[in-house]
Amino acid sequence: MDQSVLERDFAPVGPWPVEPDRVAAFAAATRYEGPGVPPTFPIILLNDAMLAFLSEVGANLQNIVHGEQRFTWHRPVAVGDELTATMRIASLRALGGAELIGTLTRITDAEGTLVGEAKATLVHGGAA
Amino acid sequence: MTDFVPQVFSLTRADLLAYAEASGDHNPIHSSDEVAAAVGLPGVIAHGMLTMGLAAAAVAHWTEGADVLEIGTKFTSPVVVPATGAAEVVIGVKSSTRTEETLTLVLEATCDGQRVLGNPKAVVRL
Repeated sequence: MDQSVLERDFAPVGPWPVEPDRVAAFAAATRYEGPGVPPTFPIILLNDAMLAFLSEVGANLQNIVHGEQRFTWHRPVAVGDELTATMRIASLRALGGAELIGTLTRITDAEGTLVGEAKATLVHGGAA
Repeated sequence: MTDFVPQVFSLTRADLLAYAEASGDHNPIHSSDEVAAAVGLPGVIAHGMLTMGLAAAAVAHWTEGADVLEIGTKFTSPVVVPATGAAEVVIGVKSSTRTEETLTLVLEATCDGQRVLGNPKAVVRL
């Protein structure tokens, strides 16, 4: 992947409404019985952002393995939120025959306030 | 909030389908033996984010739904889910650190005694 992907924002993805039915289905599938929205639920939005990024740089999803995922939440996500994800590539390095893509995504609400940040490491290509 | 009794979760192929539907992640490595074998996996595997979701469920259980400030992990070993029967994922706490405002849980996730997540960790607000 070309170094030119680094340190620039990709097109924001959203607004994405946090709908009660989707939250309920996700909570059931992950056995989450806490109140509110599971803290990993916005991975759905992040996947959309990742697919948009992969298509923009011409990479194939079949060659991507999820290596690491972290979320930092400044407030809990709530049903009724309209979230937008803005992704950038924070790092790019070769490992064996593969490429480690470090992504950093800002998640903002309808007012533009930062709700949280997500960091992911994607392993592109190689035998991973 | 002092006893972190390990939480055991059974995952069947049907559970993987339910997570695929709920998350929109329909990668066939989570449903097709042929595709999983073709990419060199030992079998159909659970979504890493499903295992992480189970960790979040365990944290919510132990902390009675405290707000999560941070949660993260590496995906180190796949959870292989058999065509019949279930894989058992166990989420436990290796260590905990408390401040006035936060509780940090260093987690452990295993399947068949094998660690499946790398450095899973959560921080909640007390």
